[in-house]
Amino acid sequence: MSRFPKPAEGSWTEHFQLDTLPMSYEDSISPDYYERERTQVFKRAWLNVGRVEQLPRVGSYITKEIATARASVIIVRDKDDTIRAFHNICRHRGNKLVWNDDPTAETSGTTRQFACKYHGWRYGIDGACTFVQQESEFFDLDKAQFGLVPVHCDVWSGFIFINLDREPQQGLHEFLGPMITNLDGYPFDKMTSRFAYRTEIKANWKLFIDAFAEFYHAPILHAKQSPEKYSSAAAQAGFEAPHYRIDGLHRLVSTSGVRFWELDSEMVKPMETITRSGLFGPWDKPDLGVEKMPPGLNPAGCDPWGLDSFQLFPNFVILIWSQGWYLTYHYWPTSYNSHIFEGNVYFIPPTNARERVAQEMAAVTFKEFALQDANTLEATQMSLESRVIDRFPLNDQEVLCRHLHQVVAEWVEQS
Amino acid sequence: MSLLPTEFAELEPYASTWCLATEPERYATRLATPIREMIEFYDAITPRAEEALTYLDQFDLDKMPDEATNLLHLLYSMVMVSFPVEAWGQPKVPDTGSATFDCFVEPRP
Repeated sequence: MSRFPKPAEGSWTEHFQLDTLPMSYEDSISPDYYERERTQVFKRAWLNVGRVEQLPRVGSYITKEIATARASVIIVRDKDDTIRAFHNICRHRGNKLVWNDDPTAETSGTTRQFACKYHGWRYGIDGACTFVQQESEFFDLDKAQFGLVPVHCDVWSGFIFINLDREPQQGLHEFLGPMITNLDGYPFDKMTSRFAYRTEIKANWKLFIDAFAEFYHAPILHAKQSPEKYSSAAAQAGFEAPHYRIDGLHRLVSTSGVRFWELDSEMVKPMETITRSGLFGPWDKPDLGVEKMPPGLNPAGCDPWGLDSFQLFPNFVILIWSQGWYLTYHYWPTSYNSHIFEGNVYFIPPTNARERVAQEMAAVTFKEFALQDANTLEATQMSLESRVIDRFPLNDQEVLCRHLHQVVAEWVEQS
Repeated sequence: MSLLPTEFAELEPYASTWCLATEPERYATRLATPIREMIEFYDAITPRAEEALTYLDQFDLDKMPDEATNLLHLLYSMVMVSFPVEAWGQPKVPDTGSATFDCFVEPRP
């Protein structure tokens, strides 16, 4: 028996008109398929590369390495406060323009201009070429024709997106669609206290999105994160999400909340009681200073509500907790069986040590869970690559995994 | 030279190991410390945690005296060791092999 009502079709999977047959994971172990993803997905989709708070002043910049698209991009706040993006390539002889010590590593800073380390060509933060060393040695060189190559760049709710296509098929807002843009007004801009994490995962990028697209695994893989009494109850009950939603390319799962502060002390860990915090975040919700939450948040009105995980095509997740904080995940492929995983945790700046320690507890708990999630992926990748089994049954709580692989396939096959 | 406020002098033996300003330092120390030493630290600090939070709440986070900042860092380490002590019985998360998840940005303090 379901705890939560299923759609009229009998299942979420059928409701979204996805097939219910066992699924192939060939798309996660095939080098050829990955080569097509590089050009068909990552060079055509809007990609989130950070938030505007990372560029606080005119001249603030970050670089972003997008290995799968063989691109390095400079994102900079221009004099008119517009966020601009450029390919990180000097127009003279193609040296990488902005880097520090290690040319493969990302960097950030604030500058009035970018100067090439090789022959000293300089560019303004608007991308214009402003100086050519020994200009008179060149042959009819018109500096105006040698500005940095722009990359399409747009901002939604403080999230900076780029698109590496010459002419994107859609603008950013159209690409995001109403399920995502209905989050407009959520106070992301106030949640500036940030923890950022990164690791390399030896598995296909889609496998990690799958891992966070279903919570069927949670009572099992994460059982030991909780006291025995809680975890055995959770495993007995199994996981069900009250609500799933799919809007074009993007996906949402809403989960129910747990009022940990009302639970018996045997059901929570001592450190959760001491810090009044845990996986779901600080138990005492901060004042977000917003009168009415945007309609896109908890759209099904779950009560108690736990979180909304918005999975944006192709490789970006915004996960908003009911306790007034949020996470982002990024999955940056580096080969068919490896990717860089980035996690960011954002809180309202704490007003005192007690709030800060509660946030520390939530952030450390997040890392403990992520380490467990990460390590199963390498094991899965190895097994899939054996090709002993080629079809895998997915249940209705894994509906979003099916959707991800389907939309990636649609883009890969588009001409 | 004591690192902590005098009210918390009994935690001084743990201060030189665990008053660490960054998550990478705290995580590395956790992985390098035998579980029984972390249990000892945990058993010493948890009964004083509420008192320490109340003590620290009198300060602005950006204007803390050094001893208070050290105490705050000690509380972050308390959170860090609580996972090995309360859940894992060993420094590392079980079944995580060579998995890492490196923290490279965090709020200060």
